[in-house]
Amino acid sequence: MSEKYSSSELLICLASRIMEDGTTAFIGTGIPMLAASLAQSMHAPNLVAVFEFGGTGAILEKLPLAVGDMRTFNKAVHASGICDIMETSQRGFIEYGFLGGAQIDMYGNLNSTAIGDVLHPKVRLPGSGGGNDVGSCCWRTIAVMPHDKRRFVQKIDFVTTPGYLTGPGAREEAGLPHGTGPYRVVTSLGVLGYDDKTKRMKLLSVNPGVTVEKVVENTGFDLLLEKEISHNPPPTDQELDILRTKIDPDGLYR
Amino acid sequence: MPTKTIAISYEGEGSMIQRPDPEGFRQWNRKKNKRLVDKLMTDEEAIERFVKSGDYLGFELYGTVRCPMTLTRALVRSGKTDFRVAGQGVHELDMLLATDRIREIDFTYIGLEVYGVDSNVRRAVESGKVKNVVEWSNAAITWRFKAAAMGVPFIPAKSMLGTDTLRRSAAKVIECPFTGEKVCLIPALVLDVGFIHVSRADKHGNSQIDGISGFAFEMSRACKRLVVSAEEIIETDEIRAHPDRTIIPYYLVDSVVHAPYGSWPGEMAGYYERDEEHYKMYVEKQATAEGMAGYVQEWIFDLPNHKALLEKVGMDHLRGLNIRGDWL
Repeated sequence: MSEKYSSSELLICLASRIMEDGTTAFIGTGIPMLAASLAQSMHAPNLVAVFEFGGTGAILEKLPLAVGDMRTFNKAVHASGICDIMETSQRGFIEYGFLGGAQIDMYGNLNSTAIGDVLHPKVRLPGSGGGNDVGSCCWRTIAVMPHDKRRFVQKIDFVTTPGYLTGPGAREEAGLPHGTGPYRVVTSLGVLGYDDKTKRMKLLSVNPGVTVEKVVENTGFDLLLEKEISHNPPPTDQELDILRTKIDPDGLYR
Repeated sequence: MPTKTIAISYEGEGSMIQRPDPEGFRQWNRKKNKRLVDKLMTDEEAIERFVKSGDYLGFELYGTVRCPMTLTRALVRSGKTDFRVAGQGVHELDMLLATDRIREIDFTYIGLEVYGVDSNVRRAVESGKVKNVVEWSNAAITWRFKAAAMGVPFIPAKSMLGTDTLRRSAAKVIECPFTGEKVCLIPALVLDVGFIHVSRADKHGNSQIDGISGFAFEMSRACKRLVVSAEEIIETDEIRAHPDRTIIPYYLVDSVVHAPYGSWPGEMAGYYERDEEHYKMYVEKQATAEGMAGYVQEWIFDLPNHKALLEKVGMDHLRGLNIRGDWL
């Protein structure tokens, strides 16, 4: 069953396995959407997908192409608007939030605003969008991104979305809701979490064929290592079958 | 009673592109016409009468979803310029950025979603053509509309705290006088002109929207002038038969434009899907300045009006995008 899947399919399966049943997840377009859909089909039929422009509890049958498109409220329980969704998140109803970015640091802070000086950017990126809001108010955030030294850096150029900011206590000091923050980083090389005490990123498990050394080499900051680093099982036949026949029959993410 | 002051513990360094002015907005709203008059007009006339160069503009909804593209194309054709905008957008802001019409942006997200970084915003911002960019989050910009809709100068929130997004915004942080926790104060934002594409409207401007409402409710109540375009124009009796469906009442609206396929090449919930074939072609064109200039020439400047656009795209092609029977 090895090497019979794409890197995107692996990321989708890893992200999917993290989500528990009977809870809520703030979903963006792309990989998180496929992961939530796969989780609904596998182990989490009661996972409530929440989309920022107003879709709550959709049955994710067809891939949305935009965070506000009509598939985000397909057979949903509620079609409201962005204020309702953001306020629902702000009052503590949303468990998981998915994030992405061009850069991430050891505290899980994310940059999706600019490379270089924001006032004279080398590359102007799309900006916060709902990213900052998800990172501020969802209980547990999951970043999904490719893993290399350009992205996993000591100092990101701009803190678009809060992780643990400068370390333990910094979120609370800034006024962010207590008990919230980064939970997992799902990457092309493995799955990472955060050390309870220092709030620094920690390698938990590696992807098939990946060594711990390779993850360390591709990380631009000092990475903590879990005592026993596990190996992520590759996508199962069942996961791949659901992904390819039900969720993404057009193969957009293959 | 001893007086106490609330200290500002942090101030964003971004400039306030459009100042909160709830008293001025109340005066404006008092004078707005409350009579049921016929506001139907062409897209050209709506732009001519209600938009002027230098205005602060906002567009609902998002990207290629229920996006007021007919109004956007008329705006570009009008030659009016030097706009300030609230920047959660994709397709409509691309057209304005590519034709150098935008001076300042309250920026939340300008990108192509699954298709990645937006080349128009890169060219316009990295070159310095856009003079001022102030950062916000999506919730923050929408709550700015909400504060304006509430008639208050700001509302407190738990977004942006601790980040560079806050540093480059024009928000401020205080300690809450009730709980002592830090809260981010989100300033009200009143648009000079708002543009919203709706499912159905009557000639007075009463509007219904199918599916999610995005930020139409808040933004429609945060505009000095509001231009609505609609897939269908319906009788006022139909509005009155289902008043719970009205999301934008007529007195907020200055102009109603009948624009079937008014979100094309974007989608319209309950009516048609996104034109993926056209959009993929667009994504390729926008990658270069030359490609984008060619696109704007072909799909905006070379066409006199919306009718000409529909003819160019072709009704057979458009009907192929339908998810319901014909409504024209």
